[in-house]
Amino acid sequence: MLSEENLKKIDQLRKMYPTSQALTLPVLWMVQEEHGNISTEAMKYVAGLLNVPYGHVLGVVTFYTMFHSRPIGKHHVEVCTNISCMLRGSGRIMEHLEHRLGIKRGETSRDMKWTLSEVECMGSCGTAPMLAIGEEYHENLTLEKVDKIIDSRS
Amino acid sequence: MERLILPDIKDLHKLDVYEAHGGYSALRKALGMKPEEVTDEVKKSNLRGRGGACFPTGLKWTFMPKQTNKPKYLCVNGDESEPGTFKDRQIFEFNPHLLIEGTIIACYAMGITTAYLYIRGEYGKWIRMMQKAVDDAYAKGYIGKNILGTEFSTELVIHKGAGAYICGEESALMNSIEGERGYPRVKPPFPAQYGLWGCPTTINNVETISNVPIIINRGWEWYSKIGAPKHPGPILVGVSGHVNKPGVYEMPTGVPLLEIIYKYAGGVPGNKAIKAVIPGGSSTPILRGDQLEGVCMDADSMKAAGSAVGTAGLIVMDEDTDLIQVIARISKFYHHESCGQCTPCREGTGWLHKILDRFVAGEGTKEDIDLLMEIANNIEGNTICALGDAAAWPVQSMIRRFRDEFERRVARRTAPVVEAVSA
Repeated sequence: MLSEENLKKIDQLRKMYPTSQALTLPVLWMVQEEHGNISTEAMKYVAGLLNVPYGHVLGVVTFYTMFHSRPIGKHHVEVCTNISCMLRGSGRIMEHLEHRLGIKRGETSRDMKWTLSEVECMGSCGTAPMLAIGEEYHENLTLEKVDKIIDSRS
Repeated sequence: MERLILPDIKDLHKLDVYEAHGGYSALRKALGMKPEEVTDEVKKSNLRGRGGACFPTGLKWTFMPKQTNKPKYLCVNGDESEPGTFKDRQIFEFNPHLLIEGTIIACYAMGITTAYLYIRGEYGKWIRMMQKAVDDAYAKGYIGKNILGTEFSTELVIHKGAGAYICGEESALMNSIEGERGYPRVKPPFPAQYGLWGCPTTINNVETISNVPIIINRGWEWYSKIGAPKHPGPILVGVSGHVNKPGVYEMPTGVPLLEIIYKYAGGVPGNKAIKAVIPGGSSTPILRGDQLEGVCMDADSMKAAGSAVGTAGLIVMDEDTDLIQVIARISKFYHHESCGQCTPCREGTGWLHKILDRFVAGEGTKEDIDLLMEIANNIEGNTICALGDAAAWPVQSMIRRFRDEFERRVARRTAPVVEAVSA
């Protein structure tokens, strides 16, 4: 389930926390980075690895919005629509993306290429409106910029 | 004013550049003092927390027990999820070693041997930047065993969040580090007695901790003369919304809001009038544009004006803004972020959101205005943590200060034709 490198990292992390349960978030991040999402099977694996109940892992995965228990699109486009972005036109950005990608917010395209999400404040208020694809922030958006971002991945 | 937190120095994020500009000299100085003297220095400086509550930092540190057989912990709160707030991100990117230096000094002052720096998961890029700085500081002996050849040792671990506003609440943050869902804990017991894994713990905001090396280097007397006397120091103000130059500006506390908007942030596009501002992140009560004269960015002034400094995330809205859409969006946020433990918050935030969506659709009634107020009043003060209050305050203040907007919307009873957007 996890690479040798990550298993080594986990051994290092165990020294940094007094309980193995504390590794729940770091290990779930590793699983998601390697597999794109966290399946039921993966959750059971994590539970075994950390010696915590499966229910605990499931509870954590479903609590945090960044953990995905189901496959998502290759490109996860997240658009902030909170106030600072809203005041600077995120509504138009979102509508444009729905039109361009042919999916509504919260949906994944049939070819599994795109997932479009409406997200809460990403800390990009001074460079609003913004969207993120993975860890990459795209800021001070215009419709033209959005087109370029999508074109370069199409 | 000389910039202290975010000085204009190229490549300051690199360790050698930071050292060349006096970096880690405060740590050296602190390690030559007694831990109590360090705490005392911070206490006398009157530094108050920059995470929202403005609690005196030195006083908080004195709550940590001196005699205990348990390990002690420090959590540095970089969850930064309050809408309108984007200041800690600047520290991670431009001055990470200042934060590390402050963290180690804080650990020394309180006898702490492990610090966890909690950073929101969305900040993946900034977590990597911060991790690089931490690795470099370890390699140079600023963190780890026998720091700078002294008896003092401490570890610094970066803990990545996973998308939950509530984890910025200190007890939820501790649960998140423990590998739990981010549920706030009932207080008391307070973290200084029963924190991480039941051990004495202090939680400080990233910007707060970044002030510590400055205080140690220049002394409390010098520091306490910056800005507003009862709430001194430099402060990072994030300005967003309808301004010409949005961004994070470092300034002394106590600068008038109008000066921040017009001098620092370049005024309102199209010279439009200001209809409203949210002064310190989405949970702080909204102020009317015609109420801003004389209101300053410090705890006392803001309290007198009926709001709060919060995280100093100032959101400006021009005369064409549809405030009903604004408050509906804020309420949607709190509904989404409520952890669901307490009934008044779990249910109440949903009701606020639904009713406000009704107003957006032009279907709100006059009775709904009072209903919103009643729900907000029943959330406030009736929950384990402050998220309930944070959800209630914007609604209460919006109705108190802009009741006419709601009434006009009721009278119109049509779908909105003006978009919130005017930029």
